Amino acid sequence: MSEIVLDVRNLEAGYEPGVPIVRGASITVGKGEIVVVLGPNGAGKSSFIKAIAGLVPITGGTVFLDGNDITAAPAHTMVRLGLAFVPQTENIFPLMSVEDNLKVACGILERPEIPARIEEMYAAFPDLIRQRRTAAGNLSGGQRQMLAVARALIVHPKVLVLDEPSAGLSPKFVSMVFEMLAGIRKSGVTILLVEQNAKAALAIGDRAYVLVEGKDRHEGVASELWNDPVVAELYLGQRPLKAEKTSQTGKGGAA
Amino acid sequence: MSLQFIVDGLLTGSMIGLGAIGVTLTYSILRFSNFAHGDFMAWGTYATLAVVSAIGAMVGKVAPIGPLSFGWPLIVALVIGMAFTALLALLLDKVLFARLRSQGQAIIVVMASFGASMALRSLLEFTFTSRPTYFSRAIQIAMPVGFGIRITPDQITLLLLTAVLVLGVHLLMTRTQTGRSMQALSQNAALARIVGIDVASVVRVTWIIGGALACVAGVMIGILVQIRPFMGFDMLLPMFAAAILGGIGSIPGAVLGGLIIGLAEAGAVQLIGAEWRAAVSFIILMAVLFVRPIGLFGVRER
Repeated sequence: MSEIVLDVRNLEAGYEPGVPIVRGASITVGKGEIVVVLGPNGAGKSSFIKAIAGLVPITGGTVFLDGNDITAAPAHTMVRLGLAFVPQTENIFPLMSVEDNLKVACGILERPEIPARIEEMYAAFPDLIRQRRTAAGNLSGGQRQMLAVARALIVHPKVLVLDEPSAGLSPKFVSMVFEMLAGIRKSGVTILLVEQNAKAALAIGDRAYVLVEGKDRHEGVASELWNDPVVAELYLGQRPLKAEKTSQTGKGGAA
Repeated sequence: MSLQFIVDGLLTGSMIGLGAIGVTLTYSILRFSNFAHGDFMAWGTYATLAVVSAIGAMVGKVAPIGPLSFGWPLIVALVIGMAFTALLALLLDKVLFARLRSQGQAIIVVMASFGASMALRSLLEFTFTSRPTYFSRAIQIAMPVGFGIRITPDQITLLLLTAVLVLGVHLLMTRTQTGRSMQALSQNAALARIVGIDVASVVRVTWIIGGALACVAGVMIGILVQIRPFMGFDMLLPMFAAAILGGIGSIPGAVLGGLIIGLAEAGAVQLIGAEWRAAVSFIILMAVLFVRPIGLFGVRER
């Protein structure tokens, strides 16, 4: 694998002390990769990715971004450190115009650089330019997702982190969003995404992890994972988890 | 009916509107009703008065500017008073509101602001007594401007000052990164942090703007009416009514709401008698809450 951009080691995190949702999950994301985190409902995927972005308190483990320890960094410093996060829902400012949604995210850019950067985003997402004066709350679901991604990309992040970008979208928009992500990767951006829609995510991903009960249980090349029997077991939870990477039995109950 | 109520209403409305900007900003960004906002007005006014007196003691009597009732010391004192009131608001936030806010219950912060309001007001009464005082006791001749309306030079100046300040704040909110950050924080605090906005610094800016404008509104009352420890507290109901009428979070809304309430009050005084003045903002407040709870410029929450 190429140079590692994001290195998460034994991450433990949760909203309340003593009640970890993420229980020792480790992943790495290499430069230019799309890495997918899959898992059944309630596996802690969303908490895992939010903890990396500084939004869920981390109680153990470390997060390195480009070699810097960002485990304790507050959420608002993440864009400066190079990590841009796109939440699953409510990921735009609904009362602000499309353009202001982009501008408000430009806080870390040099002032003269901003107009050109906004034009670049419009060039990459032409749907947005026609709506630049529209209140973002009036956009369609797919356009909202585009705006949220454009807003994250505008600061040249080292890694783009997305929480279920296809959630709540109609099938037409789902394929549009995944095509968009594949296109973004081609432009050299590293992507980490959590997805419920495993098939579509694995189709564009390079590698994938399966998260179960807050822990990474399996890892592999994305294109091979879809037919991997271990994944089916873990994902569907039909049989006891014999394929665990490390023994966790006895610790913690069902998530 | 004399049209004089228009001038009176616009002036009262300006004071209400400037105060309501602070109320609406605190409500939309910090998510609580700050009942101590009126007392920021009173503290700002007394601070300004103290600086005017201090300047008077140092340089002696200063001639007023042209036809106005005040000279340069009041302008200097107002700027210092604005800074003082902003600092007072920041201090109160640091020692009281911020700590309670971090515990997450809005109603406790509201109650705390009630307590702070009482404490601030009592301190003023204790220090300056409750006897009314004035920036100037000079009598200004009101100039007729037609249609039976008369206006004094002070009044014209203060209306212009209000217009400039409101325009300034509106441009700050809509055209600058700071303003966009404030809007962002009021719409979605979690997302604001994700896009890199330092919530603490936006909160500070909010208090600075609210405090400084409260001081200006107070000094306007001091120039046109009188200075009393209760001067701000008495403005609380009209200020909240204006903020709600305009739509919480909207700067133009707060000012327009203030002007509407000011004009309604002045009209009511002329039509049905001065004892009904205070009832007007209450009636408008109730009417808005029943008919259009989101206010004139308000937007429904998601």
